[in-house]
Amino acid sequence: MVMVLESVPTYRRTGIVSVEELKSLGLLPPEERLRKGPVAILECPEPIPCNICVDACPSGAIKMDRIVDLPRVDWDKCTGCGTCVALCPGLAAFVVDLSKPDKAYVTVPHEFLPVPRVGDEVWLLGRDGRRLGKGKVVKVWERNRTWVVTVEVPKELAMEVRAIWVER
Amino acid sequence: MPSRDRRIWEHPILTFRRGRKVRFFFEGMEIEAYEGESIAAALYAIGIDVFSYSSKLGRPRGAFCMIGKCSSCFMVVDGVPNTRTCIEPVRDGVRVERQKGLAPVPSEKTVDGSVEPEEVLETDVLIVGGGPAGLSAALELARYGLNVVIVNEHFKLGGQLVKQTHKFFGSKELFGGLRGFQIAEMLSEQLSKYDNVKVLLQSAAYGVFRGGWVGVASRNKLYRIKPRAVIVAAGATEQYLAFPGNDLPGVMGAGGAQTLMNEYGIKPGDRALVVGSGNVGLIVSYQLLQAGVKVEAILEIMPQIGGWFVHAAKVRRYGVPILTSHTIKAAWGRERVEGATIVRVDEKFQPVPGSERDIECDLVLLAIGLAPDTRLFAQAGAVMRWIPELGGPVPIRTRRLETSIPGMYVAGDASGIEEATTAMIEGRIAALAIASKFLDGERAKRVEEEMEKLLDFLWNEYRASPLLARARAGKEKATVSEEEMERLRKEHPPLVSFR
Repeated sequence: MVMVLESVPTYRRTGIVSVEELKSLGLLPPEERLRKGPVAILECPEPIPCNICVDACPSGAIKMDRIVDLPRVDWDKCTGCGTCVALCPGLAAFVVDLSKPDKAYVTVPHEFLPVPRVGDEVWLLGRDGRRLGKGKVVKVWERNRTWVVTVEVPKELAMEVRAIWVER
Repeated sequence: MPSRDRRIWEHPILTFRRGRKVRFFFEGMEIEAYEGESIAAALYAIGIDVFSYSSKLGRPRGAFCMIGKCSSCFMVVDGVPNTRTCIEPVRDGVRVERQKGLAPVPSEKTVDGSVEPEEVLETDVLIVGGGPAGLSAALELARYGLNVVIVNEHFKLGGQLVKQTHKFFGSKELFGGLRGFQIAEMLSEQLSKYDNVKVLLQSAAYGVFRGGWVGVASRNKLYRIKPRAVIVAAGATEQYLAFPGNDLPGVMGAGGAQTLMNEYGIKPGDRALVVGSGNVGLIVSYQLLQAGVKVEAILEIMPQIGGWFVHAAKVRRYGVPILTSHTIKAAWGRERVEGATIVRVDEKFQPVPGSERDIECDLVLLAIGLAPDTRLFAQAGAVMRWIPELGGPVPIRTRRLETSIPGMYVAGDASGIEEATTAMIEGRIAALAIASKFLDGERAKRVEEEMEKLLDFLWNEYRASPLLARARAGKEKATVSEEEMERLRKEHPPLVSFR
């Protein structure tokens, strides 16, 4: 049992994947791509038999050889449109935009009421549910009851904010 | 006097279109409900937690599985004792009473309602269970023009798909990306277009009989059915866990709570403790949050989370703690759970003294696993084997899903616990295996090819995921070659055959 535990990645014990783990799995875009404009980050570290994102992407930027492979994003093809955010069944797709000088923009899936509105100040939540501060909603759209919400966040939180909570 | 309203009127994913109002009697009181609700759901909605009292100690019993698999909601309905009120629809004027222990034997004098004369049916294929596996099988068979009878215990089709509000994994072709209830709607809708499919709702296949007959009991009618093949896709039952207070109302199967909130739009409680972090525990926790229920914690006895990371991440983002190496020690409360004591466990899963902690909650949801519903196979005398990876005893079958009873097939969770997408694939494989025998010439060949393609995809692509390794290993253990099956049949001659 102890041996099994040692070989298990941290996220299997915590339910929280670290930026380092994402990087080592090749799921993070390079720094210079992040600075260029919005880009998808698929926080999908396990080989789930699923290829919905591959079909979903309007730019054909997501690749997978077999249904059990991890998704691979072609960072140059990805436009950061957020379709994968709406359609990923695991709600594991996000878009991060680090191209603006003072603020970053993070796009997250949201499936709770009340539905956020543009201009709302909402709680920014980390992967562990901690409230990291408040941020302004700049864009909201919906597909099959998954709301795709873009929030303005301080630049240093771009890799931390992964959910929002609306209080009204 | 009940006074609460637990009905959910606004939900991020679901729109509850409630039917017309229905009035019935509970212990002599007039109760208002909505058409389409089950009696148990309607009572729960207005704050009634206790449905019956246990036989020996008179302890209160409430909702548990909510899908007709357990005995927790047994009540006396129009004089009929042991009625599973969770799958009994509300009707105007029905009289419902709490059952206290063993009931007197019903007779014509105590039971209202008439009995219709029995009916004899001949059909190509009888399908037991109208969930993902059964519906997929029925569609495939209907498409090839074969006559199908589906027997379904609930008063609606779809099985447990109807309460799945999350989007399914998989691929476009496998309905991936759609929410479970949307898949149920689609399958039912497609099926309704075929007039060679007969659906018997509120009906149970109660036994397999000499000469290949199957007995089916409907609400007020008996059927004797003579099929040329049978597919049993009866699903699974939620497993219990032994701890003091585990029978208190408010201790439910996680799926039971899911039925209440997602099928009927009824809030199961205000504060939940979830036991088990497999996919069911994680998914239900997320859905509890969507229904406005606070999830105090998810307990996991293993040192790591049981379910898939993405499901865990979804609840962690909203601050739900997943406590690994923890289990429940006891639940307490009077006529309803008021709290639970949890405890940390060591590497040998033994409680660590002094690590106990009390959590106030009105719901304790058990998500510790499912057991295949294989009673019909046991009764029919199929060769079975207990396979822990599959959740219990399952019939041995060939790759084409035929069991040792010739012409009796198995599909879905009844063949061993896996998940809904593989259940749909298995249903289709069993159907194609049957169709390939019933059709001839070119058509049979085409069906055979289609089945082989599906089998190849299932075993060599879909189940190649390490995340499905356990179920795959179990299904490998349960699957034998055609030659081995013939040998088994010689060793244990089948009591009955449908061929």
